[in-house]
Amino acid sequence: MRFIDEYRDAALAQHYARRIAQITTKEWTIMEVCGGQTHAIIKFGIDELLPKQITLVHGPGCPVCVTPVEIIDKAIEIASCPNVIFCSFGDMLRVPGSAKDLLSVKAQGGDVRIVYSPLDALKIAKENPDREVVFFAVGFETTAPANAMAVHQAYLHNVKNFSLLVAHVLVPPAMEAILSSPTNRVQGFLAAGHVCTVMGYTEYEPIAKKYRVPIVVTGFEPLDILQGIYMCVKQLEEGRYDVENQYTRSVRRAGNVKAQELIREVFCVVPRKWRGIGEIPQSGLGLTEKYREFDAERKFGLTERSVEESSECIAGLVLQGVKKPYECPAFGTRCTPERPLGAPMVSSEGACAAYYRYRRERRDA
Amino acid sequence: MHDDFALSCPIPISEYPQILLAHGGGGKLMHQLIEKLFGAAFANQYLSERHDGAQFTLNGAKLAFTTDSYVVRPLFFPGGDIGKLAIYGTVNDLAMCGARPLFLSAGFILEEGLPMETLWRIVQSMKEAAQTAHIQIVTGDTKVVDKGKGDGVFINTAGIGVIEHDLTISPKSVRPGDSVLLSGDVGRHGIAIMAVREGLAFESEIESDCAPLAPVVLKLLEEQIEIHCLRDLTRGGLASALNEIAKTAHVSISIDESAVPVREDVQGACEILGLDPLYVANEGRFVAFVAAKDTERALKILKDFSPDAALIGHVLQEPPGMVTLKSRIGAQRILDMLSGEQLPRIC
Repeated sequence: MRFIDEYRDAALAQHYARRIAQITTKEWTIMEVCGGQTHAIIKFGIDELLPKQITLVHGPGCPVCVTPVEIIDKAIEIASCPNVIFCSFGDMLRVPGSAKDLLSVKAQGGDVRIVYSPLDALKIAKENPDREVVFFAVGFETTAPANAMAVHQAYLHNVKNFSLLVAHVLVPPAMEAILSSPTNRVQGFLAAGHVCTVMGYTEYEPIAKKYRVPIVVTGFEPLDILQGIYMCVKQLEEGRYDVENQYTRSVRRAGNVKAQELIREVFCVVPRKWRGIGEIPQSGLGLTEKYREFDAERKFGLTERSVEESSECIAGLVLQGVKKPYECPAFGTRCTPERPLGAPMVSSEGACAAYYRYRRERRDA
Repeated sequence: MHDDFALSCPIPISEYPQILLAHGGGGKLMHQLIEKLFGAAFANQYLSERHDGAQFTLNGAKLAFTTDSYVVRPLFFPGGDIGKLAIYGTVNDLAMCGARPLFLSAGFILEEGLPMETLWRIVQSMKEAAQTAHIQIVTGDTKVVDKGKGDGVFINTAGIGVIEHDLTISPKSVRPGDSVLLSGDVGRHGIAIMAVREGLAFESEIESDCAPLAPVVLKLLEEQIEIHCLRDLTRGGLASALNEIAKTAHVSISIDESAVPVREDVQGACEILGLDPLYVANEGRFVAFVAAKDTERALKILKDFSPDAALIGHVLQEPPGMVTLKSRIGAQRILDMLSGEQLPRIC
């Protein structure tokens, strides 16, 4: 298939792997930020092609994984209300809250629907004026423009029965949190190509400079990732720490300006708790005052809460690249996709789920 | 995985107090339900074969017997409808036993308010499918439930076929060294249904692969191919079927991802939705485990029916119960069974 097959070419992949091995003289630890990249790395076995000196650690860029359990509980509370149609992207439905997940709400009669776009949820709201339609707005900068557009449209068309449960998170503050942690071992980053398609990469330039880490904006296909690793290793070996763009077919330095304008119109930067990591200042998006009537938390009068998570789950350490999934004593035994202790075992983009699904028996891989 | 076969009382599946949709999704939860609840309660020598249908001898005649229920939404979709599925699905289960399908039953659960015209179209479709598959519908049943208690129409069919050969076609006949042949491209039925159900529009309409498999299987038998096992790829797709067989046969199955044919439009839809075509449902595809010596002849026969048919892998001794896949870029990984339903990803 065009635009797919050429980025999965076996001979070229082997060629890139050899090139990486040729320029590698020291041990390097590189983090891919995005869960989509983690999934591709494990699914295609990209890390198996790399020289032993290079360790890939998996970052916090899985929106399903970092959505805090308190917000999942709020989603479950709203979805359980009799007059509500609760719309969500598919992979949020299996994420465990403190007592159950959204699929269980559906099994108990709640009207929980999978949608592919927030605009579909808005359409459902227009078609069901006597029901409250709530969309679960999760994700990084990638999904923010579409979610902003849905709210903006609802505002323009005066759709009163539509609201968002917002759990948006931002990449750069999470990278800074990882880099400033005393346990940090990340020496270079592959930044998330889709996020940068929207936001550009100027906001990464001060981070690269401040922490002296190379950051390579990278795509999601095997050859993208191998090329991103090559560019990152090359910088590390040469002692450089620039922001470079591997994903040139999609990403411009300034990003998608129109999309950014829409995000700024609808959302403002707020502090946000990350599941397994804790609160990171200025790391999330919330609705601005102008759009407050579309805030589901306000509409349903939900109160703040705090939930204790499984003490055995090391999701926070996995999401910060400090531990690999198989270093968790519960991995594959007390924690499986059927009975997850933490979110990284749920989402197909979660690091634990990717390891469980693709290489359970080879823990040393 | 001996835990899966353990029977404990009184309710063997304690972690799920309620049935979830995933219990019917063809993945691990459904298998847990079958193994721990149904299989344990009804245990007998025929059921323990874990085949698509039971095979037994009655007064010297070798017969195959199977049943399936059909609950598809929408009732009509590109390339088929619930009636066609209800005939071909059961016919295909018989074919997977290496049987010549003969007779089917048809049970209808109709929802109050179902337009008569809709039922008529379904019945006409079943009639045509029965003619194509050379079977007769010889008994049936009708029930009507209150409006809101059904999804228009549910159909159950059961079928009987006759086995006219001496092979034991069963997962337990699979041997290391066997070739794994796939009868055509995968993923079309699941994507066709999802496209209609979710209102996804593609440049060209993707049609279900819904088709009877008995003709090609009977041809393989007629040509005396040494078939060890057949399995149609329905819910859970190719990956689940291979995992079921690897576990039942205590063998390892190794396949090559780049050898698995996936049509470009299906691949495109899967890329957009974040789905893996190896887990997407089919209704007219199967895998055949054949003795290595017959690989070329069997492949030629399969290709006569579907040009996309391919040799996708081999059976190995170790590690038992596991399916491994050589990825497109040449690395090895596990091809696991899905734990629940495949859910579209966020981004």
